[in-house]
Amino acid sequence: MKRVLPGFGLSLGCTLVYLSLLILLPLSGLAFKSSSLDLSQFWNIASGERALASYRVTFGASLLAAMINAVFGLIVAWVLVRYSFPGKRLLDSLVDLPFALPTAVAGITLATLYAGNGWIGRHLEPIGIKVAFTPLGIVVALTFISLPFVVRTLQPVIEDIEPEIEEAAASLGASRLQTFLRVIFPGIFPALLTGFTLAFSRAIGEYGSVIFIAGNMPLISEITPLLIISKLEQYDVVGATALACVMLVISFVLLLGVNALQWWTANRHHGTERVSL
Amino acid sequence: MSRLIRDFLLGLVVAGAVAASVPAFAESSLLNVSYDVARDFYKDYNPMFQKHWKAKTGEAVELKQSHAGSSKQVRAVADGLEADVVTMNQASDVDFLVEKGLVIKDYAKKFPNNASPYTSTMVFIVRKGNPKALQDWPDLVKPGVQVILPHPKSTGNGRYSYLAAWGFALKQPGGNDKTAQEFVSKLLRNAPLFAAGGRDATTTFMQRKIGDVLISFESEAELIAKEFGKGEFDVVYPSLSILTEFPVAIVEKVVDKRGTRKLAQEYLDYLWSKEGQENAAQNYLRPRDAELLKKFAAQFPAIKTFTVDEVFGGWPKAYPAHFKDGGTFDQIYQSK
Repeated sequence: MKRVLPGFGLSLGCTLVYLSLLILLPLSGLAFKSSSLDLSQFWNIASGERALASYRVTFGASLLAAMINAVFGLIVAWVLVRYSFPGKRLLDSLVDLPFALPTAVAGITLATLYAGNGWIGRHLEPIGIKVAFTPLGIVVALTFISLPFVVRTLQPVIEDIEPEIEEAAASLGASRLQTFLRVIFPGIFPALLTGFTLAFSRAIGEYGSVIFIAGNMPLISEITPLLIISKLEQYDVVGATALACVMLVISFVLLLGVNALQWWTANRHHGTERVSL
Repeated sequence: MSRLIRDFLLGLVVAGAVAASVPAFAESSLLNVSYDVARDFYKDYNPMFQKHWKAKTGEAVELKQSHAGSSKQVRAVADGLEADVVTMNQASDVDFLVEKGLVIKDYAKKFPNNASPYTSTMVFIVRKGNPKALQDWPDLVKPGVQVILPHPKSTGNGRYSYLAAWGFALKQPGGNDKTAQEFVSKLLRNAPLFAAGGRDATTTFMQRKIGDVLISFESEAELIAKEFGKGEFDVVYPSLSILTEFPVAIVEKVVDKRGTRKLAQEYLDYLWSKEGQENAAQNYLRPRDAELLKKFAAQFPAIKTFTVDEVFGGWPKAYPAHFKDGGTFDQIYQSK
């Protein structure tokens, strides 16, 4: 097929070189380094009691944070696109702040806010909710840093949904709930899933903000990146890469799963579209 | 594709040419790679040395400093950061460079005092008026006392705090490794959290008002006073604590390559001069010079201390026994 714009070869070459240099090379270095361990050594490091506990904390908290953001990020994106109100621009740019803020600053600020004498913590602690220096604090930090991913992925998609579609649904007798569930949501869902995935992956790798609010107690609030750092601190680079490899594999499998889900929903959506045409 | 490769190679050549055209360091410059909180010390020390070097040789010398967490720093040196000298806060960090062949094995004998120009010790910072009457280590393991310290596995301060408590328990009548481990285990159970680093522990204790006692370097106490005011806390000296040493060393491979051996030697020697020692005292680090220590006695109360070498047989033994995976720290958390 002749394309309007030339340059497939060049741009593909560029893509391959770029991806290899930036992603594949470091990752294969990681795999290579950890391959100096034999299987039983690798297994011992990867399945230690503290390592297992840290996977639970890291992936559990990241999943929770991504789910919270999927709900509230959707609301934020909806409000920012659909309504106009004074201060909207300001609010819109606030969303990007977690991107720009050095994560350590975010962690220290959150820890100060949610500590027992902090602005928020002082109201939560009397009712028995401890946030700072507990696993809940980890969720708070991860929710903070991963919010923009959901909002920024959803905004353009919501902008593309014309209000006329809602009106048409209403005039054809759909209830408000039906309009949302059957008309709006299927259109947003793939983007929501993408946003969720991005937020989730960002949260898994997060280190800087979490260590300041987590409390870092072994078996309770240690995240896997902290274990990796403490291995590096012992100059145990190989052990650190082993843990990193485990994280990478789990993340990759999860992301692959989400992508498959996305592909499946997109396909199904197209299918119904074709039928309805 | 072939054009892409050609362009790509051209880019590499250009980048290489730019890198190569940056002139090699002039001979009269020196890079000191150091740990995080030594910043203040060397900020004062470097101008002093520049004057000294100028008076001695008539040459001007450019001094560059690099500060960060100490184990990150030595890893950078091992990976090729061209440090002429390293000034660290734990022998295990210099030992790593010995292992990599960058520093000679008996570096500690190349300078006086185990190559550590000044020392410090671990003390207790308590709330104003010491409301829980915490006087010594056994008070810290009592139920209901909250102890703040940085993570013993990932920070130097945390490791010193851990070994200080361990050594104290070991030196009690009937003390052995088992009783010491029980003691430290009780102490750690009183820790509501492990801070990310020394400064984070300070913030948690002073600003967020968490915990009854903070275990910290003596030198850090003065910085806390500067930041939060003297009236906010008391310093308690336990009956026995650990002597923390700050080893310095010449990076052999780099000084040979850059021809800076003499300069590096003089730079480190000068740390033991009257001026260098006085600078340490002014930065709340205990000078090795006995006279100066007397002069600043009000600032440095007498305290019985032990070294890592005396009690633990040196860092090369202490480190794997306590902080490597499966060491005593891990055992404490796996016995649950």
